[in-house]
Amino acid sequence: MTNKHIYINGLGNVSPQKTTDSGHFLQEPFFFETNQLKCIDPGFKQYIPSDLFRRMGRIIKMGITAAKICLQDAKQCNPDGTFLSPDAIVTGTGLGCIEDTEKFLTNMIRNKEEFLTPTSFIQSTHNTVAGQIALLLKCHGHNFTFVHRGFSFESALLDAITQINMEEFSNALVGGTDELTQNSFAITSRLGHWKRKPINTQDLLLDRQRGSIAGEGASFVFLENTKNSGTYAELKGVLMVLNPSSTCELSEKVKAFLELHNLSERNVDLLLLGLNGDSMKDRVYHELVEKCFQNTSLGFFKHLCGEYQTVSSFALWLASMIMKTQNIPTPVRLNHVPEKIRHILIYNHYQAINHSFILISHP
Amino acid sequence: MSKRVYVTGIGVVCAIGNNVDETLTSLLAEKSGIGEITLFSSIHKGILPLAEVKLTTNQLLDEIGHKGAKNLTRTALLGIKAAKEALGSSGITDIQKHRTGLVSATTVGGMDLSENFYAEFLESPQKGRMINIVNHDCADSTERIASNLHITDFVTTISTACSSSVNAIMFGSNLIKSGQLDRVLVGGNDALTRFTLNGFNTLMILDKNGCHPFDEHRAGLTLGEGAAFLVLESEEIVHKEQKKILAEILGYGNANDAFHQTASSPDGTGAFLAMSKALKMSGLKPAEIDYINVHGTGTENNDLSEGIAMERIFGDQVPPFSSTKAFTGHTLGAAGAVEAVISILSIRNRVIFPNLNFSTPMKELKIQPVRKTIRNIELRHILSNSFGFGGNNSSVILSKV
Repeated sequence: MTNKHIYINGLGNVSPQKTTDSGHFLQEPFFFETNQLKCIDPGFKQYIPSDLFRRMGRIIKMGITAAKICLQDAKQCNPDGTFLSPDAIVTGTGLGCIEDTEKFLTNMIRNKEEFLTPTSFIQSTHNTVAGQIALLLKCHGHNFTFVHRGFSFESALLDAITQINMEEFSNALVGGTDELTQNSFAITSRLGHWKRKPINTQDLLLDRQRGSIAGEGASFVFLENTKNSGTYAELKGVLMVLNPSSTCELSEKVKAFLELHNLSERNVDLLLLGLNGDSMKDRVYHELVEKCFQNTSLGFFKHLCGEYQTVSSFALWLASMIMKTQNIPTPVRLNHVPEKIRHILIYNHYQAINHSFILISHP
Repeated sequence: MSKRVYVTGIGVVCAIGNNVDETLTSLLAEKSGIGEITLFSSIHKGILPLAEVKLTTNQLLDEIGHKGAKNLTRTALLGIKAAKEALGSSGITDIQKHRTGLVSATTVGGMDLSENFYAEFLESPQKGRMINIVNHDCADSTERIASNLHITDFVTTISTACSSSVNAIMFGSNLIKSGQLDRVLVGGNDALTRFTLNGFNTLMILDKNGCHPFDEHRAGLTLGEGAAFLVLESEEIVHKEQKKILAEILGYGNANDAFHQTASSPDGTGAFLAMSKALKMSGLKPAEIDYINVHGTGTENNDLSEGIAMERIFGDQVPPFSSTKAFTGHTLGAAGAVEAVISILSIRNRVIFPNLNFSTPMKELKIQPVRKTIRNIELRHILSNSFGFGGNNSSVILSKV
């Protein structure tokens, strides 16, 4: 196996921002008074067959829409408007189709195990989004779904990278999907995950309350082993670090990861941080910056999409857009802006347990 | 870079045994693990049978018995038990010696506790003990196993319904072949829950009399629970440490049926493609497969579709095959790993375990499963199938070394 060049040749992102229109790169970002951000309906009906629409769970609509936008963006369409089938579909999700899971649980408990219907049970399966995309595209290829908290989307990327390198396939549709429901918000609120009072999301990093703001999204990338005129970036690699014992351990692993790609910390032109406004958990980001990236341009994004397990898929969309346009949207900037952007590193952690790094370079 | 991936350790807990030895004993005695519901109260008690692990959650807790074990889910407890056995069986004492990963699989994760939480939560959003919900997600059991065994280099979890743990075997093998890890503990765990019992019941695919796969009068599946793990190691480690090899992972493939969210296609497209991919990777001809441990859930739809796919690949030469789900029940996210362990037991003990409860061949098929235990049979290559919702079809080939 030799490491191939892997390119990001298409993007599709359903989020709380207007991200489905690529000509409109966060020029007018939405900010709200809230502690939870939900996706904008980018016109789901356009992308989903009407006979399926009514019964389909929201996360499935989000996922299919993001996947189709991604394939269109990557020019994976036939003249008749149907889609070319990718070699593989790989998704990541933290909680899967949680709305349907809650629906079935509620009915089962309230109706004391009687008079139940199968729809929400069927849709509650974690690989429903990947399965439904395959079904609509008639895609018989490799179809995996990873479900590991802050490693879900990262594992999906790793699976695709590994198999493109092994020449098992030459392209892959890879995405992260998670939905926010009122019940899951209520439960995770009790765990102290979210700010008690709504904030202006623009001020995420200024607010002193404990916790972050909840979010959701479905974001896909189309990976290919060849470059074309639409290429956004080269995907160099992904690193996952479970529960590091110290910032030292983390920084050593990041350095080794960059070295593996013949880079050092100084070569990182932009570091996108998963800062989420919870000062306890954000400390980890500041410590790594202090240790390794003191002079690096920094950016953040969770004021735009909220916090969720597969939020790094939103970050990869953002990084890819920045690389292609060579423009860092104002609301994303945390300090100075680099002259030229050749390498972007995304650093995100979920609950300070799952730490991940995604590296992309100018193609 | 390792071209070959070997299995050097196995561990299992399922309805027919709390470890590998007990499982083998039950298989050889043709003793099924299907029986009445004892784990939870349910209106289906006395009507729908289940294949429960014969240990209460408290017994499992006592056995695992480490600090903080109180809030472990049954899924995690089963996983820890089987994973520990697998590591022990591989003779691994120093986990830090090589780059070691854990790729686990589950379908409902910690649902065994969260469904209890939810009943109270529905009364009031402030009710329900948080200790019963924090372990809900699929990653929980994986991280519990990792922490118990001190695995830190890599962990992840796969959930693709009933093919989940075969996919864990595949992903783990790829991580070794691509040189990213030296050894990976792969497998899956799923505990029985009212959620899955009622879910499958709404689909009307649960057999009141216990499953009888590949039978003309089959009436559905029987849910089971359990966990199974395999230690996969690179050829470098195996040679350097002169490790005992239990089997080789010679080929595997995943394909999507792309036909229906739950039903399998009438021509078995996904199953056909998964088996074809596995054969292609292994370099074997279909005639070299000595036995197939089929998915064989006992549902009308699966067995027909799988049977047709086997006839398409093997023609008139379909090798001996059986479903071992009438022993273990359908253990969902653990099924692929449980059946990989059973396949390795077949190779090592030169025995094909029978398809229990079979009496009448299916009229649509020319083939029928093995009815009685076959002993003293040389098994070089075994194909094991696992198929799931979302059209997710996976096959793995386990070979004698």
